[in-house]
Amino acid sequence: MHNLSAKYLRQDALPYIFCPGCGDGQVLNATIRAIDDLGIREDIAAVSGIGCSGWIPVYLDIDVIHAIHGRAIPFAEGLKLSQPKKKVIVFTGDGDCVGIGGNHFIHAARRNIDLTVVMVNNYIYGMTGGQKAPTTPLKATTKTSPYGNAERTFDVSQLAISAGATYVARWSTAYPVQLEKAIKKGIEHNGFSFIEVMTQCPIQTGRNILKERDPWKMMQWYKENSTIAKKGQEPEAGKILLGELQAQEVPEFTQLLAEVRREFTVEDNN
Amino acid sequence: MKITIDSRYCKGCNVCIDVCPKKVFESSNSRSNAGYLMPEVAHAESCINCALCERLCPDTCINVEKEGA
Ligand SMILES: Cc1ncc(C[n+]2csc(CCOP(=O)(O)OP(=O)(O)O)c2C)c(N)n1
Ligand SMILES: [Mg+2]
Repeated sequence: MHNLSAKYLRQDALPYIFCPGCGDGQVLNATIRAIDDLGIREDIAAVSGIGCSGWIPVYLDIDVIHAIHGRAIPFAEGLKLSQPKKKVIVFTGDGDCVGIGGNHFIHAARRNIDLTVVMVNNYIYGMTGGQKAPTTPLKATTKTSPYGNAERTFDVSQLAISAGATYVARWSTAYPVQLEKAIKKGIEHNGFSFIEVMTQCPIQTGRNILKERDPWKMMQWYKENSTIAKKGQEPEAGKILLGELQAQEVPEFTQLLAEVRREFTVEDNN
Repeated sequence: MKITIDSRYCKGCNVCIDVCPKKVFESSNSRSNAGYLMPEVAHAESCINCALCERLCPDTCINVEKEGA
């Protein structure tokens, strides 16, 4: 086992439940490196929803809440409000975050509460057997769209930006170094950070959508079908736009809340 | 380089074989604890310690260290 993993994982909980070649373990690797680099093991807490991606933080030997489907963000907001000094990182899936949890997500982004949300986008409901998600590509076949998906797709990073998220980055598992940097930046950023990771699910996405079940070839597919955002340059049409898509300093919610409270209390005393 | 693959957790996905720019790993006939066919370290001397295998092993089985470190 890798040295850092031996330091940060709950050994008694291993092996991971993830299928062979699953990207979730790669996202966990990047997270461990980010936490170690920042040296914040004692100051960080993780929250996750339900789905395969909800298992990512469970193996970390830090404070973790494995919450309920779609509600990772509300649990995390509660934690952040009660312990504003904690860095709170959320792991969620595409179905968890913008399917059942869509409204929580946009309002947390609007409040600009200091959370780091890492969303694993595998285009599908992985854990439950490959049903279509709000992120499933148009015309793709899944268990619940056997003739092809007739619904348009959410561009979740764009949605986050529109809703008010102040740090947004999108990478795929084929860019592990950039992903680690984005997670680090997201944790350090004071405000709502959203990191979308295009991740291979060799079992469900592989069988149903990409028709390619080799994890490495799936990672290459994501690489070939994406383009990295460059300032002042139009992105290539039809490709997944990767890179840092938003970075802004805007007043943060827990601080605004404390400010409002202070002002209120002063008036009360008069 | 001293490269180890943890047979307790390897699931034989072979991402390490594909990602290594120096072709350090090869498939083998040995099996991991869970019964998957594991890769083996065939060319440790070619390793440039780029850490891509460590970063991309989904089950975090691989560790690379400088010999004698
Ligand atoms: C309230 C509720 N509804 C439905 C489910 C069933 N369920 C479990 S996981 C899941 C989908 C998970 O998809 P996603 O968030 O994309 O995670 P992935 O497994 O793909 O990582 C569903 C619908 C549930 N557990 N709770
Ligand atoms: Mg999913």
